[in-house]
Order: sequence, then C-alpha cells, then structure tokens
Amino acid sequence: MQPPQRYASLVDDPDAFQAACERPLPSVVRVNTLKTTAERARDALDAQGVGYEATDWHPGVLKLHERGPGTSWPYFHGWLHGQEEVSTLPALALDPQPGEAVWDACAAPGSKATQLAALMDDEGVVIGNDNNLGRLSALRHNAERLGVTNLAVTNQDARNFSLKPFGDRTREEKRIEQFDRALVDAPCSCEGTIRKNPDAFEEWSLGHVEGVAGVQKGILRRAVDATRPGGTVVYATCTFAPEENEAVLDHVLGGGDCELRAWEPPAGFGTDPGVTEWQGDTYDPSVELAHRVYPHRNDTGGFFCAKLEVTV
Amino acid sequence: MSDPDDGSGDGDSEPESDGTPPENDSHRFDRLPATADDRVVPGRPTRKEVIEWWDDRYGIPPATWDDHTFWERGNGKVWAFAGDVPSPVDAEGLGLRILRARQEHWKPSTNAVQRFGPAATRNVVVLDREEAARFARGDDQDLPRWDGDWGYVITAHEIAGGIEPVGVGLYLHGELRSTVPKGRRENLES
Repeated sequence: MQPPQRYASLVDDPDAFQAACERPLPSVVRVNTLKTTAERARDALDAQGVGYEATDWHPGVLKLHERGPGTSWPYFHGWLHGQEEVSTLPALALDPQPGEAVWDACAAPGSKATQLAALMDDEGVVIGNDNNLGRLSALRHNAERLGVTNLAVTNQDARNFSLKPFGDRTREEKRIEQFDRALVDAPCSCEGTIRKNPDAFEEWSLGHVEGVAGVQKGILRRAVDATRPGGTVVYATCTFAPEENEAVLDHVLGGGDCELRAWEPPAGFGTDPGVTEWQGDTYDPSVELAHRVYPHRNDTGGFFCAKLEVTV
Repeated sequence: MSDPDDGSGDGDSEPESDGTPPENDSHRFDRLPATADDRVVPGRPTRKEVIEWWDDRYGIPPATWDDHTFWERGNGKVWAFAGDVPSPVDAEGLGLRILRARQEHWKPSTNAVQRFGPAATRNVVVLDREEAARFARGDDQDLPRWDGDWGYVITAHEIAGGIEPVGVGLYLHGELRSTVPKGRRENLES
C-alpha cells in the first residue's frame, strides 16, 4: 500500500492527515542570528512591505504570506534562510554549544548545518559532510551567504567517515578524534515532503524504503561510533516509514553503546511518540521517546526526530 | 594514537627535503604564517598582513580576528575559520573566504564584508535606496560625490534602523562598479 494510506493506522485522524498532505506548504524562513536579530529582520520585512507571521513557537521562524524570500533586502543581507519549519527541529534537539566539535553527516544544502553554527554562536567547529559533490556547492554558498565561519566542509561517504583530514591518529595538538555531538539528517524516501514536492509519493517504492534504510543504519552507526561517551546524536528524517525511523534506531540500539533520551520540542509544537510495532515487527520500547511529526498537527511537512546519548 | 601517521603537520613550516621552497597547493588549506619571518611558501600572505590590511583599509579593529585562524587555498584565496585544526587540511571548505591576495590590490569578498563590515570606519560608501538597489543588481553607476579613496570600497545602506554593508564596490574615475557575484545578485525594489 502506498502513502499516505499506508500510515492511516498510525495517525489519530487519517482524514486530516491525508487532507494536510494535499495542501501546499507556506514559505518559511529562519532568521540568521549570526548576522542580525529577529527584531531587525522583522523590521526590515515590515519596511519592505513583505507580509509574514511569526510561528507560535519560535520568534525567529517566520511564515511568509507569499512564496519565496529571495527578492528582499533582508534575504540579500543573509539575515534570512528559507527553511521548512519542521527542519529546524533537529538542530534544537542536538543543542550544540559554543566551542564544541559537531558533525553534520549529511549536511547539504546546509539549512541545518548553518542553524547549528548559529546556535553555537559560530564558535567551535561544525564539520559539514555530504557524499554528493554537486550538492556541496549549495552548502558552501548558503554558509557563506549566512556569514558562517566555523564550518569545515568535507566530501566523504558518511558511513565510513574518516577524521584523518583533521589529524586523527596523529600527535597533532589540534586534532579532532571524536565529536561532542552529531546530527544524522539521513537521506530518506521523503514522504513528509509531499506538500512541497508533489511527486514524493509517485516516486515511492517499498524497495527504495528498504534500500535507503540500510544506508541510514550505516550512517547512524558511524555517528554513534564517532561521538564521545556522554555525547549526543540526533537522528532525523523527513519521512513516515517506520522502516526508516524506529527500525533504524532499533538497529543501532542493538549495539549496546547508546540510548534514546527524552527531548521536548518547543512549547506549542505537537508531536506523536515513536511506534514500537509495525507490520509484525517490534522495536525497542525506548523508541517511543522519538517524535513523529504529522503534517496535520502543526500545518507543517512530515518529520521524524530522535535524540540519543552515547553511553560507552 | 598508538599508531601515529606521519604527523609532520604544518605545511607552512617545513621546506621540502631537497631544499626547494614548497609551492602553494591549490587543493588544500594551509594555515597562514604568523609573520613574514615565518613564511615558507613564497608569496603567501601572513596573518599579520591580513589583519593590518583590514585595519588600514577599512578600520576594522585587529581584535575582530582574535578567534579566527587564516588559511590559503587556491591562488591567494584567504579564508577565516573560527576553529583551529592541524595544517594542512584536505577539505572542500574551511570557514569563510574573506579576500583574494597575491595581486597588487587585495579584494575583499562580498560575504566577508557583509559579516565583518559593520565594524568598518573607513572607505564605506553609503548608498541611497536607488543606488543600493542598482548595486545589488550588479549594475555599475556614476557616483561623482564620493571623495574618498579609489579602489575596493565597502558599500552600505540604511536598513532597519542601522547602516548595513551591501557588498564590495570598485571605485574608479567617478564610477562605482558592483562586484556582487552573479549568484548573489537580486533585483530588489528600491
């Protein structure tokens, strides 16, 4: 069965879920606090007559009345970045601190990597990696436009990511051997992007879901291994399929070196818990601590986000 | 750490074993030498020169750069990175590209000027609404009223209660040329 019907049994109101999937998404921007404040960005939009509403839960995430932030002065100044509302959640869950070493395993085109840099006040290091060289130019362009200076960009397969370029296994004083935090915003079947990408369901196949789940497991495993004990790993996708979400968490939990942690999204943002059963499979009960975001809950895209702590 | 690779490290501190000076390698990032006395790669700008250039040309205080390391990749492209990592680094990007050196007149980048330009006190040309819109489109314009230095200037305009840098202009013979890169140009209403 195809989405969205495939997930009718998981949601509280399947009709509302399906109806929301058929509505286009509002254009949303995040204020880049490395270059300005939410107040100045809003003043600049007001002065140019660009209509917007602040989201209920974040003064720096604005829904524009018309599509496309490109042709406005605050955008030109790098004060704004087009970023879907749900896509701001994983960086908030990761909660990176100034001065830390943070890995963004699948960073292009850079919405979350630049948000991580802003949350760190541009101090410390974000290593933004992507295996797609073509998409790296978008990552670099966005980071430079937003004035980020703590981002190092790499082009590796995240599943075998090596810290050798940063002095791992040397006696270099400034080497990076482990991360304090890692974000795995994994490649996925993108079911949750249906509201901005109407082809998302047409391109869907169970074979793709199952194939990409293997990649997701490999990347999340590498992230746990590369993060120090006590460090945080956030796993996120923009899809609903439990095969790509809870089953991936269940797989890495089997390694015995990490645990799910509770994380509360901002007040006013409604989510559903992770599911522990799906089509005859059962998952580690702690996956309930993960957050499912259905489009009808907050009028957003679909999303999945889980926070892990590395224990060994 | 029990199996250290060759960690000879700072590519800027060691001449090649045959005694010839190393050349700039355009595929990796090398940390800039602190001063001319530390320079090994010919023509490579020094940290001191970069900091003094921003101060001399635009009045940007040297302390602005206290938490940044400087790197060269490509011919004369200088990057500011908020962290510090062993040099050289094989990476696709390292911080923000702030200027192009290794030419007679160093040229700041649009993105550097937008990020660090608010601290500038010299060679800042404040444009009115129409001039700023023209500049952001990438158009050159006559601007005879500017009586400051010729060469690369910071253009700025008033927005949201303050003066904000727009980009880098090249001022010559009464004309202000826009150097806004094609990918950053916007057709903005004045």
